[in-house]
Amino acid sequence: MRALIRNGHIIDPANQIDAIHDIAIDNGRILAVGQIPGGFTAEHSIDASGLIVCPGLVDLRAHLREPGQEHKATIASETRAAARSGITTLCCPPNTQPIIDTPAVATLIYDQAHAAGMARVLPLGALTQGLAGTQLSAMHALKEAGCVGVSNAMAPLGNNLIYQRAMEYAATHQLTVFLHAEDSALADKGCVHNGAVATRLGLPGIPTAAETVAVATALALVEETGVRIHFSMLSTARAVRMIARARYDGLPVSADVSAHHLHLTELDVLDFDSSCHVRPPLRSQRDRDGLREGLRDGTITAICSDHQPHEPDAKLAPFSTTATGISALETLLPLALKTGNESNINRSAILASLTKGPAAILGIEAGTLTPGVRADICIFDPDRYWTLNKNNMVSQGHNTPFLDWELQGQVRYTFLNGQCVFEAAD
Amino acid sequence: MDKQNIQLDDNKRLRHFLSIEGLKRQMLTDILDTAESLSGVTEQSVKKVPLLRGKTVVNLFFEPSTRTRTTFELAAKRLSADVLNVNLEVSATSKGETLLDTLQNIEAMHCDMFIVRHPNSGAAHFIARHVAPHISVINAGDGRHAHPTQAMLDMFTIRRVKGDFHKLRVAIVGDILHSRVARSQIHALSTLGVEEIRVIGPRTLIPSHYEALGVHAYNNMSDGLRDVDVVIMLRLQHERMSNALLPDEHEYFRLYGLTRDKLAVAKPDAMVMHPGPINRGVEIESSIADGPQSVILQQVTHGIPVRMAIMSMAMQSHMPATAREEA
Repeated sequence: MRALIRNGHIIDPANQIDAIHDIAIDNGRILAVGQIPGGFTAEHSIDASGLIVCPGLVDLRAHLREPGQEHKATIASETRAAARSGITTLCCPPNTQPIIDTPAVATLIYDQAHAAGMARVLPLGALTQGLAGTQLSAMHALKEAGCVGVSNAMAPLGNNLIYQRAMEYAATHQLTVFLHAEDSALADKGCVHNGAVATRLGLPGIPTAAETVAVATALALVEETGVRIHFSMLSTARAVRMIARARYDGLPVSADVSAHHLHLTELDVLDFDSSCHVRPPLRSQRDRDGLREGLRDGTITAICSDHQPHEPDAKLAPFSTTATGISALETLLPLALKTGNESNINRSAILASLTKGPAAILGIEAGTLTPGVRADICIFDPDRYWTLNKNNMVSQGHNTPFLDWELQGQVRYTFLNGQCVFEAAD
Repeated sequence: MDKQNIQLDDNKRLRHFLSIEGLKRQMLTDILDTAESLSGVTEQSVKKVPLLRGKTVVNLFFEPSTRTRTTFELAAKRLSADVLNVNLEVSATSKGETLLDTLQNIEAMHCDMFIVRHPNSGAAHFIARHVAPHISVINAGDGRHAHPTQAMLDMFTIRRVKGDFHKLRVAIVGDILHSRVARSQIHALSTLGVEEIRVIGPRTLIPSHYEALGVHAYNNMSDGLRDVDVVIMLRLQHERMSNALLPDEHEYFRLYGLTRDKLAVAKPDAMVMHPGPINRGVEIESSIADGPQSVILQQVTHGIPVRMAIMSMAMQSHMPATAREEA
């Protein structure tokens, strides 16, 4: 299909474009930006005046629940929510049931995503078999089956020797290791940040050191093995500074932050609000500010959704026994834009952390509008206010503390491989 | 933070009693005054008043307890309520029924009040948020969070002995970190306006952000007990030793066990309290526990009128105004 998007404000951080242009799509790929070749005729034409046209968003961490937990969500239901949110590439962690530790599971995910046709889904393979932290997974086979990295999800590794060997083996196959930096012994049975709110509510706390000790260990092993590490979902200001130092020293490490950690703090847990029960926990105001600073100074190069849809019952119990996580695809773009407004980060830099930044971490050709690449495009109205509620949510999981928040910035069209997979109704 | 306090009804009366935090001084004083007026009932030969006649009170205990459950049962009976004891530590919830299912099943039996004890912090709040509107929830201890009726009976005991809260220095000794009793006592003492609240213990048993509670922390008894008017000893759970929080009971007693020598730096008329049950020789020396400064048994006695007061006040918020006057 040949499509023409006219008069949109194009922001393509990878090519440093921030101007009003036309953009032509042909045969699923970007044909041209700005100078449209003479004789190009479009079958489909969109007037994007007043709208921003940027690369389709790349989300480094979204739990799609399939296979194994289809009562929470499916690849079809969640990729539909992604399309609505301008997200065209989703990276899913290996903690499905069965776990992504064999090529067959990775293939199944590709097949289901292909059948749904709403977004590209890239699996991460398990770092160890069954995520048990003892035996290495068949990383080469997983990579051949399309895994874009390896991760032990939230599960701990047996000991530091296994840890080091897993890193060496991942490095052998040029696989990036995605880490959730949490020392499981220090985190213990904690469910909130070990701070003033934990003290007042009597909820077991997860100390800052649970994250910083894990980051320090990982950095020491990166020095030893040379493996490329990506830290998923930082939560503490201190860890951001440690990673800034490591990047300055030239270590091959990167980091992301979830959109909710940029907005919420431990105070949002007061009143035992289980919709704010997340892992890593929401931390102090100072930590939140430190995460925003890390985003501003380029230490953190991606914002992820950490999408975790749940059935209602999963959140209906006393706080510490509820499932962790937020259904977050549909708030990713508006919360990221809000961060930019509040912290004086320009729009191009914020969009870079949703496109070019995560694409570079994954090492994939996406997150850009360069002619010749697949035409994954997000077109949104930056000035439009809207409210998320249970009736207009597309995700199967309605567990989010952002219900009834007034959000700024609404996706109008999403293109995947040059096909329009979403068009706003009103 | 501007969320409505679910403990109060639209007229700011007590509807649920979940936590001391968020209640005003006048409310706490009302509870103490009501308890004072009800304390006579328990000394009469006919130990009953009809405040909860025709009402059904359910003791929902998800965690073992003898003392608290018994005093709630007795308090409810003295208010003329019917009492149902549901012991849930080994029943429905271990068969996969969710907490909400359990609640709805008991609600279907037309009950009026739930007395809830649960091992998870916030459980009483959760239940209060999801029960049918005609039911009151009283927190009888949730995780490490709160045990507000215990705190109120302690305040009642302090007021009986000391008369007034304003000039008091109070020290709470022991495992503050895991103690729901200490958290509720601290909120009650600060709401009632005591001069100073101290917590005393090793750093492994003091919350790292104790300042959020508005207390001063001490790691030794000789500084911490100096010139205090009230000494509250907390129970030490045996599992603290296996969790690497303490070396052994002997060292704990040597450092934090209340003895005559250690108590000597407190005010001469300092009162000694303990929520029970006592570990003699671990938290407290027998001669102190049984001595003239101890009010430990009075605390137990006071548990009844204080719980009667709280239950009757919470139940009144469900009655129409005319019925309230008759009651």
